Amino acid sequence: MTNLDQILKNISEKAEKIGRPIRLMELCGTHSETIARYDLKNFLPSNIFLVTGPGCPICVTDQTEADVIVGLALAGVSIAVYGDALNLPGNLGSLEEVRQKGADVNVVYDVTDALRLSQKKGGLVFWGIGFETTTPATAWGIKQGLTVFSSHKVFVPAMKALLKNKKIRIDGFINPGHVSAIIGTEIYEKFLFPQVVAGFEIDDVLLAIDMLLNQIISQKPCVKNEYTRLVKKKGNKRALKIMEDVFEVRNGFWRGLGEIKNSGLKIRKKYQLQDAEFIYKDLILKIKKNITIKPSTCRCGEVLQGMIEPKECPLFGKICFPDNPQGACMVSREGSCNIEYRADR
Amino acid sequence: MCLAIPGKVIKINGSIALVDFSGIVKEINISLVKGVKVGEYVMVHAGFAIEKMDNEYVKEMQRYLNKKSKN
Repeated sequence: MTNLDQILKNISEKAEKIGRPIRLMELCGTHSETIARYDLKNFLPSNIFLVTGPGCPICVTDQTEADVIVGLALAGVSIAVYGDALNLPGNLGSLEEVRQKGADVNVVYDVTDALRLSQKKGGLVFWGIGFETTTPATAWGIKQGLTVFSSHKVFVPAMKALLKNKKIRIDGFINPGHVSAIIGTEIYEKFLFPQVVAGFEIDDVLLAIDMLLNQIISQKPCVKNEYTRLVKKKGNKRALKIMEDVFEVRNGFWRGLGEIKNSGLKIRKKYQLQDAEFIYKDLILKIKKNITIKPSTCRCGEVLQGMIEPKECPLFGKICFPDNPQGACMVSREGSCNIEYRADR
Repeated sequence: MCLAIPGKVIKINGSIALVDFSGIVKEINISLVKGVKVGEYVMVHAGFAIEKMDNEYVKEMQRYLNKKSKN
């Protein structure tokens, strides 16, 4: 019997012992990708459900922020962006659509690329998207002179918001591995709730499920670390320090979850000459004023909170596909709708 | 988006390291991680090392793989 067989056997025995349906939410889009790649849901006992949470940064990016960056591109500002965000649809179109119309939109692999391109072009705006895994590199770029429009988010306040929402029935969290490499595990101890920080291989995810079931059986919720080969209790202090130096928390706007206190990151005043919100203050106000909201029946917001399955959205697979995304969850390969669509075909 | 892959540091020049990802060698910024040394494994996300891999784990994996390849 292989290790994986043994873990699956343990999970089955524990699931049977618990008896009732158990809903576990994976909080990182990369976990969702692993689960889909190995078709894991089909190997689990029938009372264990894996639910996708708001762990895909592209998916949770607020519509207004997407509109602002597209508006800046339309106004002639050069933009650099990670490829994941290129097709994020907005009221003014996506960055890819305006690029095809002549706007200067550049896909970069990393912040170093953005910085090089900025020096070559005599300035551009890098769209900073992502959680704590990605934010330290953006902070490094800002310290080197890169101009950034920050849509960066802090993860833990979103967990708090999920736990407060009584409509969401969750029995445990699989916490994000690489966010945790930066922020550490100790910070999660404020939630008396079953949590396991996990890596991204199939055995990591299975072990995390097994460890969560242990907590549910013993009724002793706590934070366990399955990803000890990378994640430490206090995280990466140097990365935390550079983030703290460059960014300050503010309320963040999340698609689906709405405004969450202290979940957004703003560039500190001492770096305001690298802050696109400061440099283009008047233009951004004008863009926001002129946004006409396109009506849509997209239900991304509920998908992101594990309240409905992607297939329950009326647009899924009918007019919303990875090649023609109507909502954010269909854009990134880590979006629940995108994963579900590909898994089906 | 939080996808990251481990690689072995083969050369360091200031804040830039050459990192070997199973044969593909890339320049990686290591300024976010303290005390990276040649021979160690780092986890890399979007061009930046975000943390070092636990050395004991890496050694154990190598021992296991070497044993497997001899069998």
